[in-house]
Amino acid sequence: MADETVLEAAGVSRVFDVSSPWLQRTLAREPHRLLRAVDDVSFTIPRGTTLALVGESGCGKSTIARMSVGLLAPSAGDILFEGQPLSAARAQPGLRRRMNMIFQDPYASLNPRWRVRDIVAEPIRAFAMAKSRAEIIERVGALLARVGLSAQDGEKYPHEFSGGQRQRVSIARALSSDPDFLVCDEPTSALDVSVQAQILNLMKDLQRRYGLTYLFISHNLAVVRHMADRLGVMYLGRIVELGPAEEIFRAPRHPYTRLLLDAIPDLAMIGRARAQVGGEVPSPIDPPPGCTFHPRCPLANARCRAEKPAVTLIGASQVACHAVAEGRTEP
Amino acid sequence: MSEARAAGRLARALDSDLFYSFRRSPVAVFSAAMALLLVLGAVLAPLIAPHDPFDLVSLNLMDSLLPPAFLDGGEWTFPLGTDNQGRDMLSGIMYGARISLTVGVSAVLFAVIVGTVLGLLAGYAGEAIDALLMRIADVQLTFPAILIALLVDGVIRAAVPRDVHEQIEVYVLIFAIGISRWPQFARTVRGSTLVERNKDYVMAARVIGLSSVRIMLSHILPNVIGPVLVIFTLTLGLAILDEATLSFLGVGLPPTQPSLGTLIRIGNDFLFSGEWWVTIFPGLALVAMVLSINLLGDWLRDALNPRLR
Repeated sequence: MADETVLEAAGVSRVFDVSSPWLQRTLAREPHRLLRAVDDVSFTIPRGTTLALVGESGCGKSTIARMSVGLLAPSAGDILFEGQPLSAARAQPGLRRRMNMIFQDPYASLNPRWRVRDIVAEPIRAFAMAKSRAEIIERVGALLARVGLSAQDGEKYPHEFSGGQRQRVSIARALSSDPDFLVCDEPTSALDVSVQAQILNLMKDLQRRYGLTYLFISHNLAVVRHMADRLGVMYLGRIVELGPAEEIFRAPRHPYTRLLLDAIPDLAMIGRARAQVGGEVPSPIDPPPGCTFHPRCPLANARCRAEKPAVTLIGASQVACHAVAEGRTEP
Repeated sequence: MSEARAAGRLARALDSDLFYSFRRSPVAVFSAAMALLLVLGAVLAPLIAPHDPFDLVSLNLMDSLLPPAFLDGGEWTFPLGTDNQGRDMLSGIMYGARISLTVGVSAVLFAVIVGTVLGLLAGYAGEAIDALLMRIADVQLTFPAILIALLVDGVIRAAVPRDVHEQIEVYVLIFAIGISRWPQFARTVRGSTLVERNKDYVMAARVIGLSSVRIMLSHILPNVIGPVLVIFTLTLGLAILDEATLSFLGVGLPPTQPSLGTLIRIGNDFLFSGEWWVTIFPGLALVAMVLSINLLGDWLRDALNPRLR
């Protein structure tokens, strides 16, 4: 039971068609333009643990989040929920009930025209998990209390709450279908720093209490360090390093991970020069050949520019980098 | 319990921003009063009108074309004079406004329902359905609405026998005007739906596996209906004018069921022989009705626009 895998992604890719409209494309003889948002990504999440995915904007984190709950279908590869293909799992209400999602923007994720009570009760009603109106109200009250709100708050509308409180409502809704697996798409990035800590602690507390499994998406390394058991670092649609969070923070291997960790603001670093991640993320419509990180990589050589690196197991981490595999650590 | 709740709701409504901005706007108060007066007159016509213009027995040709009471030769039995069949103009206007309002409101409701359903569908389904529905709307919008209404009315007129047609004319008009006014509602609803459907609360509903129909009706519809209310009011004025135009052109309601447009057309024949009241009074009633509804619509649009607060 301890090692049971809740979610497994095997070679998952997702391609978006970003071509111009048909008429314009035909008249101007433009080719189809495809955006490879996620490229051959594999990971597993054991029960009761948190896998965090970090990366810059546009690296495909949110696309993975959406694919993991079935909002998007992968273009290639398989996502398995408790060993079953995700689409088959989602066709059964009993399994669909056990996954839910917490969204980034607490101002957009709650329907402004609905009372909080109805928002939180929606999954309970959708899965017919309560027999009577009174039972629904009771369960909603308990859920609101569990996330640190009061049962009376259910009468209010979302605009009467602050961002942090709204995110608590969002969490209450996600919990109301008794899920095992929650996808959290940057759940704290729209909140004040002081509120972020409260929400993260609440989420950790809930995880301990209910044995929840999290897929946690973030671009904030400090948040990830607090939450993650395992960490995946993404760059341009690929996971470049995947391993136990502690080990990656202690001994990052991939040059991109090292640059990211170097960029964390740190009081001890004031006044000292730090390595910068130069340049911009290349376009995922027309990614560079070979290792996609080579234009910004201090260790890049001819092989990096020509050949896609395969995943190598180093220690407990998987790293996709020629330089690390070859043992080159200095430019 | 329910009474207390209703009282609370009323107190909330009187306390709301909308009511505050209503009280602060003399134009809104004035036009609301005028609209209320006209609507009450129309709705209560069978109770308060001095005569029944449909009661052929009470008509007397001797009374035909009497001037208004305040002119020489006028009688106070007919305060606004009579038409060529001896019908009291005031009563005629009240009953006419009744028909005009019925046709106008029903036509716009029809347009709202068709437009909202198709707009939600186009916005939420996207792709081919969206393209198809919006191209139809675009094509229809290139023609004036009155032309579409004329066309629909003409086709139905040709398709059904004359005596049947006279009985169903009201419904034909409602359908013709309604169908000529749906694209605006559809485009507005589609635009808002495109914005709403990508918001996270819709995603949250999709994650738990709600059906598209349920998401559209319970989540998106309440969030896109605001602008529809404003267009409803503005279109209502136009629809009443559409009906008047069709009746004036003689393809609307027959003289046995005179709407304001029919009255104006009848009066038009007497305009140059000096009996101006037969056309001017129904005309004034029409102008007052459309103007007050439009002013209310303008006010509602500004009051609901947060950027103009």
